Amino acid sequence: MICSVKSVFVPKRERKLLRPLILTRVPAGFPSPADDYIEGRIDLNRDLIRHPLATFYVRVVGDSMEPVIQSGALIVVDRMLETKDGDIVIARVDSELCVKRLRMTEGGAVWLSSENARYQPIVITEEMDFEVWGKVSHAIHTF
Amino acid sequence: MIALIDCNNFYVSCERVFQPALRNRPVVVLSNNDGCVIARSEEAKALGISMGTPYFKLGYLIEKENIAVFSSNYTLYGDMSARVMEALTHFSPETEIYSIDEAFLRLENNPKETGREIREKIYKWIGLPVSIGIAPNKTLAKIANRTAKKLKRDVFEIADEKSRDEVLREMPVKEVWGIGYNSTKKLNALGITNALELKNLDRPHARKLLSVVGARIVEELNGETCLPLELAPPAKKSITCSRSFGTLVESFDDLKEALDSYLVKAGEKMRKHKLTARAITVFLTTSRFSKHPQYSNSTTIELADSTNSTRELREWTQKGLSEIYKKDFLYKKVGVILQGLQPEKAETIRLYNEPNYEKDKRLCAAIDKISRKFGREAVRFGFQKTEKIWRMTCEHKSNCYTTNLREILQIKQLPV
Repeated sequence: MICSVKSVFVPKRERKLLRPLILTRVPAGFPSPADDYIEGRIDLNRDLIRHPLATFYVRVVGDSMEPVIQSGALIVVDRMLETKDGDIVIARVDSELCVKRLRMTEGGAVWLSSENARYQPIVITEEMDFEVWGKVSHAIHTF
Repeated sequence: MIALIDCNNFYVSCERVFQPALRNRPVVVLSNNDGCVIARSEEAKALGISMGTPYFKLGYLIEKENIAVFSSNYTLYGDMSARVMEALTHFSPETEIYSIDEAFLRLENNPKETGREIREKIYKWIGLPVSIGIAPNKTLAKIANRTAKKLKRDVFEIADEKSRDEVLREMPVKEVWGIGYNSTKKLNALGITNALELKNLDRPHARKLLSVVGARIVEELNGETCLPLELAPPAKKSITCSRSFGTLVESFDDLKEALDSYLVKAGEKMRKHKLTARAITVFLTTSRFSKHPQYSNSTTIELADSTNSTRELREWTQKGLSEIYKKDFLYKKVGVILQGLQPEKAETIRLYNEPNYEKDKRLCAAIDKISRKFGREAVRFGFQKTEKIWRMTCEHKSNCYTTNLREILQIKQLPV
């Protein structure tokens, strides 16, 4: 009988299939009941920084946003997030950067308000060079 | 279609992200050691400051025009560049990083619209302005990008042959990607001065005049694709480590110490890329801008066995330096180039000295590991002295805003 080989299939090796790691030593005793619940540790970098390529860290000095953001706080700015009325943002007004709460009305009025009542709101007018630098996503206070 | 994305005045734009007061102000960034101008804002260009102008020649202009001067901050520029390159992968799976501030991208549907979106998003996400040239191939994409800049447009597309020929007519041959000084001279002598005339050059003629490389450029100007996207970076061919001194250096011992520190860095880099060197070049030079006597020289040593042991290489750098060093000159720069690089895996077993080399390799691996974990200062070879005179001058360096927590942007809020 003639047997002809038409083609030979080579197993694909470029993909890895990850197998679960056996966590408990097997030989004697009971397996740990916690094994099924191990999920890895909390990683703030992974959980709080959603867009690393657009994330910047900024130090705030001054009390204009107290008590929400205290002087000396480290804030995380995610420039990929869209901003809306009520968000805390870093804004650029002409050549200055500031941390404020962004307020916008449907009528098109825009102003920047501080949390601290001692600071006056900044009303954005047409002749100002204004842009939102980024949205503040977190503030870290170190005690 | 191929798009070339280019960050406008990249180094200056990086500084402006964190210092908005620099907007609308002339800004220049200086090369290593505050030598000469390597980046200019539009305002600085308008003052007639050209690339490569030595810093000291700016003189009184700095105060008169209120020019902001920066030392180069490659830590910052490198991180901002990595952010841009990562962002670009959101728009196309096929990207080629061409330089620190340029990348080629394949765009399939609605390239012009995608181009506009890329520009808008890179500015929003990272704060950097970019210009985009779109065309059927890389050479034309480069030209489209230059045209975008000249016309002060954000995105420029060469969509059809008519618009292509119009653009080429306005483009001097010397500005075509890949046409250097010598080719320009040859072409000009034949009366070919713009890119359209180069495009219309017949192929055999182009090949004879400009070799295969030039013939490819002519093909691409005609809309053919000869230069594919290089999705993986090509393997390194050589590693250079050298720097200009802050102050001129005369003594052999000082040069030797500086050379040692560069060799250590070059060796570390070579091992990081899992490469070995087959030849090593040592060079030194005096300052072009000083009134003292001028001298520069280099020597290349071919090694019997390829190596990536810093200890072995050092024997040769010392020998090389002794050969080319001359007394009574004031040196500005010394450096080392590792050449004939090939993958570690391709190394053959040595006939002689194998056990020592094995020991060296383990030693270097341990040093690299410690340096990565605890910093370069943690452990060093016995021959290395602490860095002194060859520390760079960088008097106008900005903060490493994105890579060092102690240097991040600070916003001060005072009552108004």
